Amino acid sequence: MQFSKVSGKINKHKVTLYALSTCVWCKMTKQYLNDNAVEYQWVDVDLLDDNDKTRVHTDIISKGGVLSYPTIIVDDKTVITGFRKDLLKEALNL
Amino acid sequence: MTTLEQVRKRAEADAKTYGYYLTPQADLLQMFIEGLKTNEDRYGYPSCPCRLATGNLEIDRDIICPCDYRDPDVAEYGACYCRLYVNKTIFESQNLPEVPERRPIEKQERAYGPIAKTQQTQGAPEPPKTPKKTEVKKKLWYCKQCGYVVYREDPPYVCPICKAKKEMFAEIEAKVELKG
Repeated sequence: MQFSKVSGKINKHKVTLYALSTCVWCKMTKQYLNDNAVEYQWVDVDLLDDNDKTRVHTDIISKGGVLSYPTIIVDDKTVITGFRKDLLKEALNL
Repeated sequence: MTTLEQVRKRAEADAKTYGYYLTPQADLLQMFIEGLKTNEDRYGYPSCPCRLATGNLEIDRDIICPCDYRDPDVAEYGACYCRLYVNKTIFESQNLPEVPERRPIEKQERAYGPIAKTQQTQGAPEPPKTPKKTEVKKKLWYCKQCGYVVYREDPPYVCPICKAKKEMFAEIEAKVELKG
């Protein structure tokens, strides 16, 4: 699966963002991460092929997430569902 | 092709009909309208911009905006799952609530290609067993309150005519007998 990478000064954590190209709250999340100079990788799930969609499903479910967007996974363990500034701040020490 | 203006007008008209409001922030609203238009352009219908659709109308029917879940979500949380449609209180406070996904997980999962049912299998993932995308089985349902009849997989959450709840729908069992 090809992730787009955004580099930033806040790079202590591995941050993965699963998004949809049409999703308003996904765009807000990207904006928020960009504004806070967070390093992260992201992918628009609706633009993936079926095999990659299955991989996304497995990844989100195996980490205890739900199939809602945006889903942000921090350090392969903390799952944040939705655009939640409070939870992002806490997980990324912003 | 539908224009952004048409999508916006449609949403405004729908909100007005049902006594709802569109999300109060202009920049968010613009993004919702664009998302709906993108989906309408690529699928032929404006499926929910916040959910993963399949492109198969029968599977996505419940998430065509306004989705089946909007009315119960606005009733319970004051806003739909996306927060495109809100009630008056939310509109005036501009304080958008968190709205959890009400759509059943079985329906969501059909958008992820073939999913191995059991996650406990070790080693190489099993190839998909069920061709989920063709599994939609439509039935006839009628509203016991007003008689509205609909032909689709599940009855709607709320009757579009009389607003009766899903439980008021019963399946019509059609039987054809040939005599003579």
